[in-house]
Amino acid sequence: MITPINIKGSIRRRLLIMLLGGALVLALGLFFVFQRLAVQLAEESQDNILRASATAILDSASVVDGEIQIDLPYSAFSMLSNVSNDRVFYAIKTDQTFLTGYDDLPFPPAPESGNHEFATETYQDETVRVVVTSRAMTTGENPVRLFIALAQTQDGQASLIARVVRISAWVGFGVFVLVVALALITAKATVAPLVRLTESVSRRGPSELRAVAAPVPVEMVPLVTSLNSFMDRLSNSLSRTEEFIADAAHRLRTPLAIVRTRAETTLMRVEREENRAALKDMIRAIDESSRAAGQMLDHAMVSLRTDSLMKAQLNLSDIVSEIVGRMTPAAELRDIQLKFRLDENVTFPGDPVLVQSALRNVIDNALKFSPVDSCVQISAGTLGQFAFVKVQDEGGGFPTSDLETIIKRFSRGENAEGIVGSGLGLTIASDVAKAHGGTLEIENAQEAGACVSLYFSLV
Amino acid sequence: MRFLLIEDNHDLASATVDRLSLDGHVVDHAATLEEAADFRATTDYDLILLDIMLPDGDGRSFLNTHRSANDPVPVIVTTARSEVSDRVGILDLGADDYITKPFDFSELEARCRAVLRRKGGASRNVIMIGDVEFDSLSGTLKVGPNKITLRNRELRLFEIFASAPEQIFSKSKLLDRLFSYDEDVSENAIEVYIGRLRKHLLGSRVEIKTVRGVGYLLANK
Repeated sequence: MITPINIKGSIRRRLLIMLLGGALVLALGLFFVFQRLAVQLAEESQDNILRASATAILDSASVVDGEIQIDLPYSAFSMLSNVSNDRVFYAIKTDQTFLTGYDDLPFPPAPESGNHEFATETYQDETVRVVVTSRAMTTGENPVRLFIALAQTQDGQASLIARVVRISAWVGFGVFVLVVALALITAKATVAPLVRLTESVSRRGPSELRAVAAPVPVEMVPLVTSLNSFMDRLSNSLSRTEEFIADAAHRLRTPLAIVRTRAETTLMRVEREENRAALKDMIRAIDESSRAAGQMLDHAMVSLRTDSLMKAQLNLSDIVSEIVGRMTPAAELRDIQLKFRLDENVTFPGDPVLVQSALRNVIDNALKFSPVDSCVQISAGTLGQFAFVKVQDEGGGFPTSDLETIIKRFSRGENAEGIVGSGLGLTIASDVAKAHGGTLEIENAQEAGACVSLYFSLV
Repeated sequence: MRFLLIEDNHDLASATVDRLSLDGHVVDHAATLEEAADFRATTDYDLILLDIMLPDGDGRSFLNTHRSANDPVPVIVTTARSEVSDRVGILDLGADDYITKPFDFSELEARCRAVLRRKGGASRNVIMIGDVEFDSLSGTLKVGPNKITLRNRELRLFEIFASAPEQIFSKSKLLDRLFSYDEDVSENAIEVYIGRLRKHLLGSRVEIKTVRGVGYLLANK
């Protein structure tokens, strides 16, 4: 019986989620940092150009005949238009008078002479970067402050930023993909020793209880150590149990054999009828108890071995023939003929010791209930997914009332009075058939006698 | 027949020797493998009965040496261990058959007969009773030109008579030898088999006579 395993979480999944989460944060972080940097750089470079242009324009101002004369230098604008097709606006004024340019251009308050003030404004429905600066001049006797506001649209900057954003998005995505790949590899590599251990344990045969020899990482040593010690204890306990069962049989049967032999010898020597009857009762009781002990121990051994079948490919014909041959002398003692007919030969996977035990018990049962001078028919072949062995005797058959209960442990048919047997025979056979993916079927043959069929799975 | 019994349990061994002697067999008992080897060196046996668990070594090692020496004497292993654990190995090791203790001596005899038959036993199993030739191994009677194969119980019954011609056997004695103890049979059951044997013996100078109130005997007409 395998109890369902309580599964909670997965190392691999947890590792993947953590690594992927990290990758996502990293990629997004990279993206934002790049974007921030791009905006800053673009703004700074635009400001620098604006500042240089404004200064150049102011520097070109001169006083001619007491009038301020500004000759807008070509270089100042070429600097601005250098980068892109952004439009440029300007406004120049003194403290009192607007001199030239766009008179509606936003004019932030100017800073001290020589300093530059930057602002972002909206002009003609466009965002513009404005620099304002001033210069002190002298027209005749009066000192005059000359102000300039120089503005430029931000299309070029926006497209630059967009480009940088695009690139940084790709970089972020690339980093993400790279980290995902690394995460998958890491997760797989981390779980790999566990998978290897699982494989090496589950590939084993059921009775293979050796310690794990495959190399394992240091973190798994405690697990493997306790696994090994568990298997060691299991294998010890299994072999102790088998040894105990075999030994128990020996200790039970040997004294019974002494008593039985003595009783038989005495029976051949005594003449008085009541002594003879007593001795016969004694022998019957010994037979009954040795048989019961034998079947109980057999049953214990079968239960033990059905948990860990030692399967080999068994030849149906060979295994049945051997048992039939083995049981023929016992059958002949009562002039019962054992007839074996093979419909179709086949091999099937099975534990030879268990299958033999099942066959022996079924045939033994048939012999017990067969009348003298009768015949037990054994046929074997395949039926669908099963190899079958059918044993039919010419006895009284099963009482119809207890066909159901008859294969339950210790239950015997009503007509079993006076026939030696513990009733475990069919239980053993049924257990063995079930362990081999098959079943035991009992029925009464139409003519006469009981019919017991054993089925073993072919795969 | 001459048996070598290899058995370490002295009580069981002496009981077995007693029982087999009653059937007219000669039995030597060896308690260890060493003793067994001594017996083997000096005497020829028809059959060896080997206990699989012995103090000075497992009976399996005896089987091994026995087989590698190409010894033709058949070996029947007696075991008291669990049926499931030992069986397969015993036959693989080259025992001719095995029987689980405690056993019915009729079954042992049947197994011995089967093994000897398989091994092609010697012709000394043929005895003449009057003009009837009886082969206990193959279970045949030759009456004049006719060869009759006896069924198992007929064979065993005739064997009892043939072992001691002119001796009277009571119905109950014969019954014990012919039927196992768990079979509930009346004394009349024996008459069926006596009747069959008489039919087989028709035409010979031998017959089974009834001694009223006492039993039967085999005698010349």
